[in-house]
Amino acid sequence: MSDDEPATLEQRVTLMDPEAVTRVLARMSREIVERNEGTADLVLLGIRRRGVELAERIQAVMEAEEGVAIPSGALDITLYRDDLGTVGPRPVIGESTLPLEGIDDRTVVVIDDVLYTGRTARAAMNELMDWGRPSRIFFCVLVDRGGRELPIQPDIVGRVVSALPDQVVEVLVPEEDGRLAVELITRATETP
Amino acid sequence: MSQRPMLLKGGRVVDPSQGLDDHVDVLLTEGKVSKIGTALPRPEGTEEVDCAGTVIVPGLIDVHVHLREPGGEHKETIATGARAAAAGGFTAVCAMPNTDPVIDSPATVGFVAAAGREAGSARVYPVGALSIGQKGERLTEIGELVEAGAVAITDDGRPVMDSGLMRLALEYAQAFDIPVADHPEDLGLSRNGVMNEGVVSARLGLAGKPNASEDVHILRDLLVAELTGGHIHIQHVSTRQGIEAIRQAKARGVRVTAEATPHHLLLTDEAVEGYRTDAKMNPPLRSDADRDAVREGFLDGTLDTLATDHAPHHYDEKEQAFDDAPFGIVGLETVVGLILTHLVHTGEMDLSTFVERASVQPARAFRLPGGTLVEGGVADVTVLDLDREWTVDPSLFLSRSRNTPFTGWDLRGGPVRTVVGGRTIWTLAEGSRS
Amino acid sequence: MSEPARPLGKDLVGLEDLSADQIRTILDTAEPFKEISERRIKKVPVLRGQTIVNLFMEPSTRTRISFEFAEKRLSADTVNISSTGSSVQKGETLVDTARNLEAMKIDMVVIRHWASGAARFLAERIPSNVVNAGDGSHEHPTQALLDLLTLRDHLGDLAGRRVCVVGDILHSRVARSNIWGLLKLGAEVGVCGPRTLLPRGIESFGVEVFNRIEEAIEWADALNILRLQLERMKGGFVPSLREYNRVYGVSTARLEKAPRDVLILHPGPMNRGVEIDSDVADGPQSVILKQVTNGVAVRMAVLYLLAGGSPERAEAAKRRGMGG
Repeated sequence: MSDDEPATLEQRVTLMDPEAVTRVLARMSREIVERNEGTADLVLLGIRRRGVELAERIQAVMEAEEGVAIPSGALDITLYRDDLGTVGPRPVIGESTLPLEGIDDRTVVVIDDVLYTGRTARAAMNELMDWGRPSRIFFCVLVDRGGRELPIQPDIVGRVVSALPDQVVEVLVPEEDGRLAVELITRATETP
Repeated sequence: MSQRPMLLKGGRVVDPSQGLDDHVDVLLTEGKVSKIGTALPRPEGTEEVDCAGTVIVPGLIDVHVHLREPGGEHKETIATGARAAAAGGFTAVCAMPNTDPVIDSPATVGFVAAAGREAGSARVYPVGALSIGQKGERLTEIGELVEAGAVAITDDGRPVMDSGLMRLALEYAQAFDIPVADHPEDLGLSRNGVMNEGVVSARLGLAGKPNASEDVHILRDLLVAELTGGHIHIQHVSTRQGIEAIRQAKARGVRVTAEATPHHLLLTDEAVEGYRTDAKMNPPLRSDADRDAVREGFLDGTLDTLATDHAPHHYDEKEQAFDDAPFGIVGLETVVGLILTHLVHTGEMDLSTFVERASVQPARAFRLPGGTLVEGGVADVTVLDLDREWTVDPSLFLSRSRNTPFTGWDLRGGPVRTVVGGRTIWTLAEGSRS
Repeated sequence: MSEPARPLGKDLVGLEDLSADQIRTILDTAEPFKEISERRIKKVPVLRGQTIVNLFMEPSTRTRISFEFAEKRLSADTVNISSTGSSVQKGETLVDTARNLEAMKIDMVVIRHWASGAARFLAERIPSNVVNAGDGSHEHPTQALLDLLTLRDHLGDLAGRRVCVVGDILHSRVARSNIWGLLKLGAEVGVCGPRTLLPRGIESFGVEVFNRIEEAIEWADALNILRLQLERMKGGFVPSLREYNRVYGVSTARLEKAPRDVLILHPGPMNRGVEIDSDVADGPQSVILKQVTNGVAVRMAVLYLLAGGSPERAEAAKRRGMGG
């Protein structure tokens, strides 16, 4: 952010501490296994960026509790976004990495950090269709903050939060941010 | 056709042909300069022109313009070209013969002369082709061309590549006392070049014409002129080596006159950056060193004649890829301001030398009336305001074309009145009077 | 998101106009695009609904096909216009062609033209994005970018690496774009060819000049060997193809004398037995086919980075706060 922009006063409130996030992820892991009636044909795919770390945590819980290896991967939906015309291209495009077994006839669990407008979920599903034909897709998010612009609902939710349009819900993971938490940010623009 | 006498009063008269630089009045009667002096008598019915604060000089003459008629009337006509000349302060121009058809017969020469008279503006002197169809093969009927009004011969637009033909022209033309003008370019060396060969052409990926393509041709012309004793007029010199060759030839008595153009005096090939077709001309704009040499030659008189090489082109001909666009820029309506601003006001050249290069010497080189305000001479006069400030705006040109690299240049000084044969053909206040 | 809405500006006319960072952005963006061509469905919807015209005023199969693959893999709608049989050959000027394209509301033009400066000419006259696919002897930026990507794949960081462009530098847009791109990425650049095919003043670009191929091979980490256009024979720039091969041809015998393995690039199409011998072209040091693969990825990256909306709309979008 450049210096000449008006100073923004940022207010951060912690919605979930590390323990809360860990507990919720463990519960989500169990819910996935329950919905799938076991771990057969499960594939976990995190949406870049924070969804990948969350998926890894869910995978760890699941593998420990079920005692089997669960295939996982990452989805980068940059090229499937619908806002190129408004925000322009993002120069950094991550790679999509899928498990070697592929996703045909599998139960794919798409994992993301925050569900807001629903556009990321739409893009993720479009991308999955280009990769193959899953038998079932579950959509799984740590936080649903409301504010949908598309008729999309999650199958498994960690926590529901009612955030105002100018508020931001941030999921923080140690790999990227140095800590595990969910925070609500309120920005008020003030004249200094 | 009798006309009212005109008294130019209160101006500074600068006429190097008679070593004059003084505040005197000039009386023009019956198309002649009848009297120069202070407190002149004023015949009945005299039109008095207040020239206080201005400079009165012998009418400027441009020996190198392309008026495009016949065949290129969408670019310029003899009438529009003559009016553009008047608006640029010129009382006479020499029209190059590379039209369609080529001016290579008495009839076509006569056509240009008649159309010039009819325009009733600046005088238009036809220049005849050197070879039939400008093909570089056989001489035109030079004697008949001169009889019809041609004041010189040239194949300008293209060089005379055949040295034997050049020898014949320089020998044969002597009987008629006209210069043989040549566009110096060795086509074998310039090949398909579209700009100067140098760092800029290497970067832009455009084919270049090396200096040597002009140099060897200038040297050839000088040697053949020396051989024959004929008068060679080298057009639009742009290279330092070419200028040095002319300087040496003059020193050993070769009959050579040579042109400097405003663009080669002021610009370099940097002006081509961005593929600007308004900076595409032949010979091309060259390096800093060449531009400096052109200036030096123009100051010391090696390049004795100021000529614009006024080359109008329709806007959509220039609105093309650089390779496709034609060579040439217009020059008549900008040259006086450019030279006053960038050479005279800077102190490099005194006003009298400017008048020498732009009027006295062109008249002498092409044996034209004018170039002097001596009593009894033609009443061709240019009045200059050395301090008027203006900006080059091609939309105001009287020329039919607008192709100039000088758009937007802020200039100081320019013509305010042009008088031909004692009659005002243009004033700044009223625009064209014709 | 704090990255600029348009990392490249409106057009890609030449590498001379780009910064080192912009070149690196294109190369980095090309990396993930390589993977798309490996997928079963080799297509992403990022340019869906965008119309791209491939305006090829000079014959070219390779570059046009590479662009077309790139466009189709990004889901753009493409139209090809080539000089044969088009109105351009019937005397239509470039400016009229440009205006007509504009009137049809297109988003991008990929232009190949025989005149230097043609891409810039078009870019200055239409609001669509313009990509230079080779203009006269001026630049061929996407070719140089794919060369850079291939070099980087094999040599890593190009800073301090020595790359020599061999052949007709005078008439080559590939050479010019390579020289600018390599210099900006910090490589040392050499040129090697007969003096008749080196532009006067080439040293001022900041390159080493080699008159003999043996010297270039001894010096270089990589050779980018240009195609010898057969027209150059007619122009008398080289006496004969046989002589060219004997003096400048890259052969295994010559490469064996090199102090290190020299990477071999060629923009194609090759004249085997003229500028390059077959055992070199097909040999272990050749990365010529990798260049072709990288060509599609680089062009996808360029089209992607040029696409997109106006900075004002981007600002509005940012204020609205985009997100999942």
